[in-house]
Amino acid sequence: MSAIAMTREHEVSPGLWALAWRRLRSDSVAMVSLSIVAFFILMMVASALGLVANNWSREIGINYAPPTWFAEDAPPPSAATANVPEVKPQDDLGVTAQPGDKKEEESGVVDPLADVLKEVRTETEKAGPAVVEARAATLPFGADKWGRDVLRKVIKGSETSIFVGLASAVVAVFLGTILGALAGFYGKWVDDFLNWFYNIFTSIPYLLLILAIAAVLNKKGMFTIILILGLTGWTGTFRLIRGEYLKHKEREYVRAADAIGASQTRRMFVHIFPNVSHVVLVQLSILVVAFIKSEVILSFLGFGVPVDVVSWGSMLNEAQSEMILGKWWQLATAGTTMAILVTAFSLFTDGLRDALDPKLK
Amino acid sequence: MMAYIIRRLWQMIPTLLGVILLVFVIFNLVGGDPAYVLAGKISNQEQIDNIRKQLGVDQPYYVQLAIFAKQVVTGDFGSSWSTNERISSILSTRLGPSLMVMVPILILETILAIGFALAVAYVRGSLTDRAVMIVCTAGMSISILVYIIVFQYWLAYKLGWFPVQGWGNGFWENLLVYSSLPILIGLAVTIAPNLRLYRTFVLDEINQDYVRTARAKGLSDNKILWVHVLRNASIPIITHVMAGLPGLLIGAFLIERFFSIPGIGREVILAVERSDFPVVKAITIYVAVATMAVNLLADLMYRAVDPRVQLK
Repeated sequence: MSAIAMTREHEVSPGLWALAWRRLRSDSVAMVSLSIVAFFILMMVASALGLVANNWSREIGINYAPPTWFAEDAPPPSAATANVPEVKPQDDLGVTAQPGDKKEEESGVVDPLADVLKEVRTETEKAGPAVVEARAATLPFGADKWGRDVLRKVIKGSETSIFVGLASAVVAVFLGTILGALAGFYGKWVDDFLNWFYNIFTSIPYLLLILAIAAVLNKKGMFTIILILGLTGWTGTFRLIRGEYLKHKEREYVRAADAIGASQTRRMFVHIFPNVSHVVLVQLSILVVAFIKSEVILSFLGFGVPVDVVSWGSMLNEAQSEMILGKWWQLATAGTTMAILVTAFSLFTDGLRDALDPKLK
Repeated sequence: MMAYIIRRLWQMIPTLLGVILLVFVIFNLVGGDPAYVLAGKISNQEQIDNIRKQLGVDQPYYVQLAIFAKQVVTGDFGSSWSTNERISSILSTRLGPSLMVMVPILILETILAIGFALAVAYVRGSLTDRAVMIVCTAGMSISILVYIIVFQYWLAYKLGWFPVQGWGNGFWENLLVYSSLPILIGLAVTIAPNLRLYRTFVLDEINQDYVRTARAKGLSDNKILWVHVLRNASIPIITHVMAGLPGLLIGAFLIERFFSIPGIGREVILAVERSDFPVVKAITIYVAVATMAVNLLADLMYRAVDPRVQLK
């Protein structure tokens, strides 16, 4: 008797997660994507801890310093000191742009602060040579309007964008899972009520709902945007989890748990939840991608993070007016970085889904 | 059939009530007293008082809710806080430009995505198939903002093939001159994800027994693909296309904004920027109603395409 039990113990079959991890490991695309995603997340954490890019706002290059590799026409670095406008970028209209005056030129509106600015400018010019260090004429990925390194800015921006994506996905998936579990498990009026809720949220297009909430909440900030995305994005998860719970609550193992007296909450979250958690994980990674994209759009429109916080969306916003001057590097760097992360994350999600649900093609 | 439609319409009522409640909660409870919002925008105190009276701000919440519900039922949302234009006239004038950009995008994108999906599914597993899929995945991950900025800069500003932005008066001028670049961008953004999706729909069908039977009968590949497979794959495709229809109403926010197209999407963004609540409220309600109607239409079309579907 005990011998049988012993052999049984030795033949413990690998669980869902071990199997899934094995399948995922054999999927080279998914593993490469996973390492890229991990790299981005490490970068985000390092940036949040101040290990990298903490001095992103220092103006280390000349205004609009071009990327090193494309800087054939750039002036020699020796001439590059801050206050002499040694580079006069010719824009496409053939107008020689004055770096300091760009704002007024673009909008064509008289700046009410012009006098104040002039004062500030003359003051800084007076104090200038003492404070300002030599600025680079070119930077690996170029510089923005104020001469800040685009690469550091992108890293700093990833902190905002990825964090918002992750946090709001967690909020949305948490809400969706709880509500879905309640609806699927209890059925009856709970299900009816939550479905009614679901119908309401899905009958308003997601972006419109986000904008409506953004219109009302005047407080801009990371917390607000996480809340908005999380509170509007739970519907897909709800639908899936509800379906899973409907299926699982009639399964034998749940009935058995009921028979030995497991409480409803225990059955819901201790017995059923581990069996649907793969759905939750896949939903989470789908939503992270969707929310990173949404954050970029919201920040671009000016409804996202505040002006003093840099995110990929706010970088693209700046890049829009830079493009007209032919300064494409901020757009290229922010756009490419985001595209790499999103591609890697989507491919990883595909791999994860295949690994967790091998029945699916 | 008729009974089904009536029942579905009947079921819309609680959802609509819920939408009204949600919009009310967002704007009246969370949004608070419009006097604070308007303080910086309208200097005329009398006008603010008037708006407050219209909304019933000093009345209990149920009265305010009743006022809002009445607005929804009568379709009279009053006028914009910023421009004082009637909301009904805002919506009716902005709908045309939105549709003019979005309808061609929807039609062209559906045709092209289905065509490409069938072609790619036909050579499934080949190098072409994988290359197209990789291009699609990469294309999908680039932000729509990058597409718009680059296309606008390069095709319109640099090469001068299209006007950089703007909107004219004549129908054909708008469609052919001003809408063409926005439509092109819309296609660039939407084809990739849809192509990927439709390809999986087609692949689900292409391995079915009826395809083998058709081939055994000696039918040409073209006929199998375009008649037999497409017909069956069209069921999920229709669902997907219909799900995208309400989006037509709000148009592509970003495209309209970048190209200064006076459509609904741009109006929403402007209204949000100006805290012009009545406009946002009205558009939200209308779009929600349209979404519900489209969902019903989708189910009816389902039935038309696939007689096996039981409406209940």
